[in-house]
Amino acid sequence: MLRFISRRLLQSVFVMLAVSLLAFVLFRFVGDPIAQMVGQETSIEDQERLRDSMGLNDPVITQYTRFVTNLVTGEFGYSYRTRQPIGEMILDRMPATLELGAVSLLISLIVGIPAGIYTALRRDGFIANSLLIVTLIGVSVPTFVIGIFLIYVFGVQLGWLPTFGRGDVVALGWWKTGFLTLDSLRSLLLPALTLGIYQLTLTMRLVRSEMQEVLKTDYIKFATARGINKRTLHFNHALRNTLVPVVTIIGLQFGGIIAFSIVTESVYQWPGMGLLFLDSIRYVDIPVMSVYLVLIALMFVIINLIVDLLYFVIDPRVRLSSRGGSH
Amino acid sequence: MTALLTIRDLSVRFPTRFGEFTAIESLDLTVNAGELHGLVGESGAGKSTIGAAVIGLLQYPGYIASGELYLQDTNLRELDDTDFHALRGSRISMIFQDPQTSLNPLMTIADQLIGTITQHSNVSDSEARQRAIDLLNETGIIDAETRIDDYPHQFSGGMRQRVVIALALCTDPELIIADEPTTALDVSVQKQILALLRELAQTRQVGFILITHDIGVIAEITDRVTVLRHGRVMETGDTLSVLGNPQNEYTQALMAAVPRLHTRLERFVNIVTDDDDDSSSWSVEGASSDYAANWLNRDITDNKRSNTSTADTPVLSVNDLTVRFYKNRPGWFKRDPGFKALSDINFSMQRGEVLGIVGESGSGKSTLAKAIVGLVDPSSGSIHFNGEPLPPGSKRSRHHAARREIQMIFQDPFSSLNNRHTVEHILSEPVRFYQLASGSANIKKLIASILELVEMSQTALLKYPHQFSGGQRQRIAVARALIARPSFLVCDEPTSALDVSIQAQILNLLKDLQQTFDLSILFISHNLAVVRQMANSVVVLKEGELVETAETEAFFKAPKATYSQQLLAETPSLDVLDRPT
Repeated sequence: MLRFISRRLLQSVFVMLAVSLLAFVLFRFVGDPIAQMVGQETSIEDQERLRDSMGLNDPVITQYTRFVTNLVTGEFGYSYRTRQPIGEMILDRMPATLELGAVSLLISLIVGIPAGIYTALRRDGFIANSLLIVTLIGVSVPTFVIGIFLIYVFGVQLGWLPTFGRGDVVALGWWKTGFLTLDSLRSLLLPALTLGIYQLTLTMRLVRSEMQEVLKTDYIKFATARGINKRTLHFNHALRNTLVPVVTIIGLQFGGIIAFSIVTESVYQWPGMGLLFLDSIRYVDIPVMSVYLVLIALMFVIINLIVDLLYFVIDPRVRLSSRGGSH
Repeated sequence: MTALLTIRDLSVRFPTRFGEFTAIESLDLTVNAGELHGLVGESGAGKSTIGAAVIGLLQYPGYIASGELYLQDTNLRELDDTDFHALRGSRISMIFQDPQTSLNPLMTIADQLIGTITQHSNVSDSEARQRAIDLLNETGIIDAETRIDDYPHQFSGGMRQRVVIALALCTDPELIIADEPTTALDVSVQKQILALLRELAQTRQVGFILITHDIGVIAEITDRVTVLRHGRVMETGDTLSVLGNPQNEYTQALMAAVPRLHTRLERFVNIVTDDDDDSSSWSVEGASSDYAANWLNRDITDNKRSNTSTADTPVLSVNDLTVRFYKNRPGWFKRDPGFKALSDINFSMQRGEVLGIVGESGSGKSTLAKAIVGLVDPSSGSIHFNGEPLPPGSKRSRHHAARREIQMIFQDPFSSLNNRHTVEHILSEPVRFYQLASGSANIKKLIASILELVEMSQTALLKYPHQFSGGQRQRIAVARALIARPSFLVCDEPTSALDVSIQAQILNLLKDLQQTFDLSILFISHNLAVVRQMANSVVVLKEGELVETAETEAFFKAPKATYSQQLLAETPSLDVLDRPT
């Protein structure tokens, strides 16, 4: 197990190096950093001095090494746009995105898994079929349309819920949470729903098809023939086997939710990392973009690692074979 | 005394889009306590459907149309869903074919056993556990106290089947339906499992319904047997008299088609007339089996002329062949010795010889075939074909002569033919690739002729593989191999996926083709009886090592190696029938 983890960690390092190279290229070669930092009236000499002091005249390898070392030590540099340290900017925005992602993932799991099981067990039921048709809409309509639709219904027509921002947040140290006041929870509801609906349909359909596969297997038939009661059969025997592949997909989905919450965040003016990224693109704030890129990659790597570790918990075949020679 | 299970006038129907299909028709069957009752028949005979009907798990949308099912005095047809489900496990249980798939991979043996026991009787977990351990001991699991906490994948195939049997037994059922319980196992393990079933029937007075297509198994252990065909009972009664002295025409034919371990037949009796639905006279102009035969023969005479100097050299000789598989790719630092699938194999074959390769699973039979056709690279040693060294697969060029000369026929005709191509397309590929004929009209004529040669209708070339039965598909596979004008065929278990009657047809076909075209055949099979019918000589493999090489007749009369003797003794045979009683 330790060997497995260390091997995965080593692979992760290579992935991160590749991504950081990409981010570095973006930072260094998309446009001239100096030209974007200084005003028009700065003299050529001053520009050269700045270039020298920033080390932009050093060999590329040296610059890349410096870039990576800075990233590793948490020196993310400064934004062109706001002149603030990028680390602080992102840290400030991160809780909003993580909370939004977590809640929408929770919605998709709490609704998606039971719905998936239900539709798998009641194959031809009316409710099961209606659920499938409704979720087909969920898959095919783009997120921003769902977002605007929800705003129109709940925000504009019914006026029940706020349509933008996070509401009153409570600061716990540097982490500004929206879970503690009613106002912020109400603000969270619509964006989380928007982001969650697509995930929900995906989860439901995945659980449904996996469950149907599992129900066809010999060991389920054998368990039925032994008279194991239906409840145990479905929720203990079948569900556990269903979850093995589902965990992978859900893990990757969570990465996706966070990385691509950009659309939802912009529809709801949600002050998260996605909105920050969008603003950075608008102002060609390249340092922020490259750091964002690296951080998102890091998150994917971590999620993947967690998914792999979950396999150890769920599947004895993985757990025991890695312990070596039990075959 | 009432019988344990009484089935009277049972009919099972499956509604389909094209009307109702009757899977079982007015079937009568009785099974007594302590009796092993065999159900035998070919695929589609309804064997498994009977089992499913008895345990109430007929596949949707099948249903029982009429008849009575009594377990002792319980009328099974009057039970509602809940009562029937309560009866499953406690009074009727089931054993499935494949122990690899019939245990839940994510639960320990203990969880599965204890869950089943507590489901049906009111005992504490620790009592249930003790009972589970006792059962595992009874079914022959060594060191049951510790092994009970293992997961299924930690057991070997035979051990797993013992666990499955323990699971079926753990609630003390009166009747166990065993659906092909040993088909997925090697003969030595099969022998043990069958002995276990026999013993359980006697000691516990459990009634068994043993469903199998293997008549050898039926003959060895069952008390009574019912022969089925198309959902109807052909014959039923005492096993020895039914199989030994069959009265029914179908049973007689079936028995004649079973390859015997102790005699060699020149040809098998053909039971079924091919269900060739369209005997329309559509044909490609000028195509006939004679045309194909001439075309193939001309090639062979050409070969002979060019090879006169090498007439005495063996067509294939394998020297010190070793194949290793590596679990991990050999790294920079550690040398992984790998797993030796074949070690130092030596044998040779003369032109026109049929060499049987026998051995249990894991013996390296298929690896040998793959090394010869070039799908696996040997680690060391060499293979000579017609006296020329044969380069390993990865270095053998696409146009190497041996690529055409050596053709392969696979075990499973359902996966060895591309379902998206028409038969014409499938058969034209070798012709075009090896440039054996030119012009679409010519090629079409050739394909039609080859189809006729393998006793298929010429219209087959317009169809897709899924429109054919297993036997017909295997004929197409034979045709595909043949159309490359090979001199050497590698047949890897060519009939193990087929029914006895179809197997007989394919074996006949292979024999005919071998004789007509002087083919050399490497015939791989785990079924010794089949090998006896086909091969001139035999090579026995065990765990990658060559155990014995011998002439077929000598081998079957008096095998030299202990392992060969054991293998022969363990193969279920119809001997009991021939013994005077």
